[in-house]
Amino acid sequence: MTTTTMELSATAEKRQRISYGMTLLVAGLLIFLLFGLNTQAGVNTTFGLNVAGSQAVEVADFVVPAQLTVNLMAAIAVFAGAYQLARGVRSTGWLLGILAFTFVAAFLTWAAQDKSFNLTGMLGSSLVRATPIALAALCGVISERSAVINIGIEGIMLMAAQTAVVTATVSGSLYVGLLGAILVGALVAGFHAFLVIRFKVDQTVSSVAINIFGTGFTSFISSRFLQKATDTLNNSGTFPIISVPGLSKIPVLGPVLFENNIIIYLMVLLVVVMHIMLFYTPWGLRTRAVGEHPKAADTLGVNVYLVRYVNVIIGGMIAGLGGAYFTLGSVGRFDEIMTAGKGFIGLAAMIFGKWNPIGAFTSSLIFGFADSLQVKLQILRVPIPSEFLLMAPYIVTMIILTGVVGRAIPPAADGQPYEK
Amino acid sequence: MTNVLELRGITKRFPGVIANENVDITLREGKILALLGENGAGKTTLMNILYGLYKPDEGHISVRGKQVEIHGPNDAIAQGIGMVHQHFMLVPVMTVTENVMLGIEPTKNGLFLDKEKVAKRIREISDQYGLEVDPHAYIKDLPVGIQQRVEIIKVLYRQADILILDEPTAVLTPQEVEGLFKIIDTLIKSGKSIIFITHKLKEVLAVADDITVLRLGKVVGSIDPKEATTEILASMMVGRDVSLVVEKQPAKTGEPVLVVENLLVRDERQHVTVRGVSFEVRKGEVLGVAGVQGNGQTELVYALTGLLPLEDGTIRLLGEPIRHTTPREILERGVAHIPEDRQRHGLILSFPIHDNMMLCTYYKNPFAKGISLQEKSIFSNAEELVKQYDVRTPNIYVNAGTLSGGNQQKVIVAREFSRPIELLIASQPTRGLDVGSIEYIHKQIIKKRDEGAGVLVVSSELDEILALSDRIAVMYKGQIMDILDADKASKEQLGLLMAGVQLSDKQKMK
Repeated sequence: MTTTTMELSATAEKRQRISYGMTLLVAGLLIFLLFGLNTQAGVNTTFGLNVAGSQAVEVADFVVPAQLTVNLMAAIAVFAGAYQLARGVRSTGWLLGILAFTFVAAFLTWAAQDKSFNLTGMLGSSLVRATPIALAALCGVISERSAVINIGIEGIMLMAAQTAVVTATVSGSLYVGLLGAILVGALVAGFHAFLVIRFKVDQTVSSVAINIFGTGFTSFISSRFLQKATDTLNNSGTFPIISVPGLSKIPVLGPVLFENNIIIYLMVLLVVVMHIMLFYTPWGLRTRAVGEHPKAADTLGVNVYLVRYVNVIIGGMIAGLGGAYFTLGSVGRFDEIMTAGKGFIGLAAMIFGKWNPIGAFTSSLIFGFADSLQVKLQILRVPIPSEFLLMAPYIVTMIILTGVVGRAIPPAADGQPYEK
Repeated sequence: MTNVLELRGITKRFPGVIANENVDITLREGKILALLGENGAGKTTLMNILYGLYKPDEGHISVRGKQVEIHGPNDAIAQGIGMVHQHFMLVPVMTVTENVMLGIEPTKNGLFLDKEKVAKRIREISDQYGLEVDPHAYIKDLPVGIQQRVEIIKVLYRQADILILDEPTAVLTPQEVEGLFKIIDTLIKSGKSIIFITHKLKEVLAVADDITVLRLGKVVGSIDPKEATTEILASMMVGRDVSLVVEKQPAKTGEPVLVVENLLVRDERQHVTVRGVSFEVRKGEVLGVAGVQGNGQTELVYALTGLLPLEDGTIRLLGEPIRHTTPREILERGVAHIPEDRQRHGLILSFPIHDNMMLCTYYKNPFAKGISLQEKSIFSNAEELVKQYDVRTPNIYVNAGTLSGGNQQKVIVAREFSRPIELLIASQPTRGLDVGSIEYIHKQIIKKRDEGAGVLVVSSELDEILALSDRIAVMYKGQIMDILDADKASKEQLGLLMAGVQLSDKQKMK
């Protein structure tokens, strides 16, 4: 339009190009200084590709010369940074991908030098650890897409986890426990919906109350009853691993994707179903319209309140499933505050995933990866204090929330009560 | 000829107010009924009743001779009633197709949205009524004129044959208004009936077959447009004779008060909204800034009053530059500001009138001494101003929020004019006001001009700009397209400039 506009956008572009290029250069240098100089010459790093007890066909482990690999990664990062500075690549996704890959690969090669590191096992446990985060994120997505904020997912998951283990132990059926968890999720979320839709209670206040109540209530029940009667109330067992016939035999992919328990399969299914529902069905169109411009939906005869009730309650059921994962899907008993902030990390994954089911799932995987990496590194006895390693998932949360990938835009009416 | 729609004895009470009282309205088939009334006359309430968004306390509605109950938009749509709302009811991040299908989505296999079917239907409607629009465009990328077409398509897609257009011209350029009138013409020819709600008198005379005037919730009367004139309509609306022409002498201009050069401003979201604007305002003249809303006028005024920082360029007020100058310093140099949004920026609604009357000088004599406020002089100041500026209020102790829009604006004018000023910046000074208040505010602005102040009036109402200005600057996408002398400018020229079209020399000669 005018010279000024073009100049302005040109400077912004230049600034971005330089900052991405510099980041990559610095990352390359860091890789060399931190890992390259500390890697012994002549030793190998072994990446294990087989998981013990898996049905998958065995393949040879992946062995690389440690120092060479680390320095190669540093070189790739530096080269990519230099290329970016000189030429400028438009796709920031590629740059971030190169940054993450080189750094993580160099880090792992350094950490596991002269040792063996089970890559397949870690990828598998990334998915497992991502499961409750992804379920929490999906709960957030479906609820906030209809413009109801629910940060009470943590509390809902705790209550659901406890209900699941108790009903499963008492009834003797894991599926009854699962149903109980989903029901509790629906009830608590329904209560939240009732408060914020019918009485227009502040959505944050209401859901914080759910968190406080959930923590207090489950801890009370746990210390008052469960710990005294572990065998009769708090010992449910866990869902068995279901191997998908045929597919589970694929090396690497098989053990990661096709040897899991029912909750993990359900989670992946939910991601796909929710994506389709949200973007290709009337229900999804109405949900998105209600989240963006409820008045417009109302004038076209869409029942704004009904859509919000339904979505928040379905969200609660998904969070309930996430809660059940902690007990029925993982350890088979309830411990106080066992969710450990996964509900909140799920919300971070929702934001990072830009309120899309698939985005939320992908970012949950990143958090799951950080979490499982931390465990593996402790086993490898990396010279980093374990307290720092335990922080990894939370640090990743903060870095992502402070906006590595630009500003995510929430649904326009998010958090606002609707007045006719 | 049959009546497609009859409203009989409609009464709607809200706590403390009667929005509609025993209103009768008749819409003839294939005709345009103009519903005329000032803001707050109850037009929108009445239409919301018709559309099922409100429930009337008394009265009934008949469609094609049959009495009907309308409990919600779905019932209205089922009766063939469609509404184009004043504030568009479109979801900006969705496509035209998605917006049109929302609420009655056709599906494939009973589950998945059938967008192609809807897009095809939209193209058919576009062709039939001359409503050109790309079904796959996102609403946020479309100009308001096109967005309005989408609203009309939404209504036609639902097979409405009674269309309610609520203030449809408020956001359009004069050329877009012409386009809308053509569309209305096509609609009528294909057998639709239309209720056209407005407070603009000239539009009513241009399109209406019947005119019904509302005042204070009641029907004042109906009139045949052939017998009506703008003067008759105005006095029906207001209830007394009003002068629609601002009488003013030719300007006696002096030296420049405000000189702006190459001004560049970013809004709060860091978008450049004012790019390279230059102009000057002289003593004793009114410079009008015309333009469709959202073309940088707001940010221009914010920059001039110190509410937004300058990115680049210079502003000189009485020869002194303004840069990193606080709003208070600017006010103290003799700038009066009538802000665009009087409820958010002009007044503190929950404060009594007497406090609102001294908001920009509360810290000075005689309102403050040391750390204490001087109630006596605050009260006497307010009493005096209320009398002088004819603010209709029970007393000076009620909250500003309880006043009508016109009286709220008078409070602001009284406060701003009660101190010595060199430059008056008035942004949308009469938006939403009744004809009587508009007349009053306009007179006050001209009075300030004649006292020798420089005046900058920003307005999206062309009639207002033409009535007040000595020179007219037109803003489009953050730039000033041109500055014309008011006595030589025509509405057509201004309309073209507002749409971003540079005038050729030939057009300038006209």
